[in-house]
Amino acid sequence: MNSFIALFLTPAFGYAILRVTTPILFASLGNVISDKAGVSNIAMEGTMLTASLAGVLVSAYSGNAFIGLLAALLVGVLFSAFMAYISLYLGTKIIMAGIALNLFASSFTVYVLYMFTGQKGNSASLASKQLPTIDLPIIKNIPVLGEILSGHNVLVYVALLSIVVIYVMLNKTKLGAHIKAVGENPSAAASVGINVRRVQFISLCLSGLLAGFGGAFMSMGYLSMFTRDMIAGRGWIAIAASAMGRSMVIPTVITSFLFGIFSAVGNVLQLQNMPSELITTLPYVAVFIGIVGYSIRKYKKEN
Amino acid sequence: MNQEYILELKDIAKVYDNGVVANKKISVGFRKGEIHAIVGENGAGKSTLMKIIFGLEKPTSGQILYDGKEVTFASPLDSIAIGIGMVHQHFMLVPSFTVLQNIVLGDEPTRFSFIDSRKSKKKAEELAKQYNFQLSMDEKVENLSVGMKQKVEILKLLYKGAKVLILDEPTAVLTPQETEQLFVELKKFKESGHTIIFISHKLNEVKEISDRISVIRKGELISTHNTNEVSLESISELMIGRRIEYEYSHIKKEIKDKKITLKMENVTLESGKIRLLDDINLIAKSGEILGVVGVEGNGQSELVEVLFGYKKPTTGTIDVNGTSLLNKKIKDIRDQAKVAYIPEDRMRQGIADTASIAENMISSFYDAKEFNHKMFMNHKAINKLSESLIDSYSVVCQSKDTEIGSLSGGNIQKVVVARECYANPELLIAEQPTRGVDVGSASFIHERLIELRNNNKALVLLSADLGEALAVSDKIIVMYEGQIVGFFKELSGVTESELGLYMLGIKQQEKKEIERAMYEEA
Repeated sequence: MNSFIALFLTPAFGYAILRVTTPILFASLGNVISDKAGVSNIAMEGTMLTASLAGVLVSAYSGNAFIGLLAALLVGVLFSAFMAYISLYLGTKIIMAGIALNLFASSFTVYVLYMFTGQKGNSASLASKQLPTIDLPIIKNIPVLGEILSGHNVLVYVALLSIVVIYVMLNKTKLGAHIKAVGENPSAAASVGINVRRVQFISLCLSGLLAGFGGAFMSMGYLSMFTRDMIAGRGWIAIAASAMGRSMVIPTVITSFLFGIFSAVGNVLQLQNMPSELITTLPYVAVFIGIVGYSIRKYKKEN
Repeated sequence: MNQEYILELKDIAKVYDNGVVANKKISVGFRKGEIHAIVGENGAGKSTLMKIIFGLEKPTSGQILYDGKEVTFASPLDSIAIGIGMVHQHFMLVPSFTVLQNIVLGDEPTRFSFIDSRKSKKKAEELAKQYNFQLSMDEKVENLSVGMKQKVEILKLLYKGAKVLILDEPTAVLTPQETEQLFVELKKFKESGHTIIFISHKLNEVKEISDRISVIRKGELISTHNTNEVSLESISELMIGRRIEYEYSHIKKEIKDKKITLKMENVTLESGKIRLLDDINLIAKSGEILGVVGVEGNGQSELVEVLFGYKKPTTGTIDVNGTSLLNKKIKDIRDQAKVAYIPEDRMRQGIADTASIAENMISSFYDAKEFNHKMFMNHKAINKLSESLIDSYSVVCQSKDTEIGSLSGGNIQKVVVARECYANPELLIAEQPTRGVDVGSASFIHERLIELRNNNKALVLLSADLGEALAVSDKIIVMYEGQIVGFFKELSGVTESELGLYMLGIKQQEKKEIERAMYEEA
């Protein structure tokens, strides 16, 4: 038993948590922004997937990882902008638009992958680039802490930084105030001249930008290639995380880390001859329990 | 050009795309520093007119002059920019924001692209002080009472420099004390040169607060009067075009074989340590309307909640014609005990606002045999009933298939009343059946309630309008702090002010006395 616990008391485990939480964190923060504006970005999964492919392809053909990242971000924003346009301006129900785009992304990425590589499973044949890892000066020399915090992919630090940026944006800036007002009482916002649709459009685009980061991390950091359906539900987990965090930045970050921890636990156990089919369900079971628990608490509070 | 007017409407007409004429050539001027009331029945066109002044709707024809110059509004932004602000019935506030955040919303001052509220806070606080608003700028709006929220709304407009304030039924949501306070504030605005356009149903309030009154009827401006030169009676006559008669003794039939329909014994409802209902004993007889009055929050709504099965009483029994209502589902209370209910909140509990009139007409007995074939609904029967009820209740609508939410409040309520009365209940609970309803529809609804009474059914009428309670009821109980503190079995000679003394807890009858009087002749 002791050796079992010891598996989780290693710096490597802490390192793994940060690594697996990063994509969920990007996506859940993206959802916080759109939720605050009253439009849920349920195309998160598909947006991330499309962005991850864009990153791989562009980095392979440009030979530059950062140009690949820019492409992933651009695709993330455009993907969300498209959904925002058809739902906000053309009147499609956002749920329908989101479902359609998720399904589209899943097969469209395979199609494009096949077009460029002749493969339908992954992009291993492409010489795509990976984003660099960064050693944190000073911190890297601290025992344990250094091993946990230092040496991550650059996007891990971007994710941590974006917590602060988004917190400040939502709580201290005009845009943030307008996003929250639009989400809470659109007619009040409209009555003082805030363009409700435009604010929602911007929120969805920002949400897409974060999805772009998340997607890029998956194919240019977490792995070094694109694989079919590689987001594997992280976009959905992020939606659950922001819902459980009641669309507030700090609680959402905490729930994202909880999901990250469960994923990391799953990854470790998988190496210990535990049945991998069961282990890979861990984060999803955690989502399920989390949502049920949250709902029960909310129900009790209201009654 | 009449320069005494700050805002003048000339021949304003509004025809909606669907052909509905909301305003016909309305011309009216609003003076600087006056309180100008606009009165009219539901659906008369007041709201449309205000929306035009406020820039939410564009007039089909006509001119708006502000300070003598013609203006056009593309949106409310334009109207607020020149100084016209509106306090809506549903407040335009963001609950999780502070008072100050709400006041500056849309036009937040920034410094290095971060919101910087020091100056705006000072300005808002000064304004609040000037008008004696006891508001803390850092309090979240969701924690404020309705009356305070209204103050935030007004302050927001003043902050944005509004010279003309439109208030849409501002007292509908206020307690009497808050109303009084609002009136003091409105007078202050007037003294400081603001113009107030005051929309209301409550004529006595209009009489008290306004300088001039304009009456709108069926989309037309009937006339404008100096308030001190007209009587309430003549105003209400102008409003509905005929005289209101809150006097129903002549249509109340003598009922001989009355029986006890509702019996509540020792009913108590506790929430934590608070006793919301404290040992209620009452009976309601068939062929009678039992009025229940009291200041809001003294147990009347809880009385309805335990009666109709929303809440289970902590102790006590409730019987209708010998059947206990305890532990019964609402559906069973309706179907088995034959209790019907006209809820206070008609938009949420009374109707499904996006469903059609016909669908709403049968919603409380949709599963009755007469409206169903074996598998599908019997639309022929439903349509026939709907059409006949629309006809007999004079519901003003295009057809039975119209979405009910698009009707005026009075017509919506007629549908609810039609449905609940059609169920032919043994007991009808009517909770504020005419609140926010125009005078014409109100007396129509009263007559329907009395008709049910004349058919030897029992009714319980909860009303905040004492005039209504006295005119419609046969007997009245007064509730105070969860108890019945007064019972009047004979209403002739009982005045509103007499009831008021009981409602405020100044006078109380002996509990035993009340019960004895209630059971007498029973």
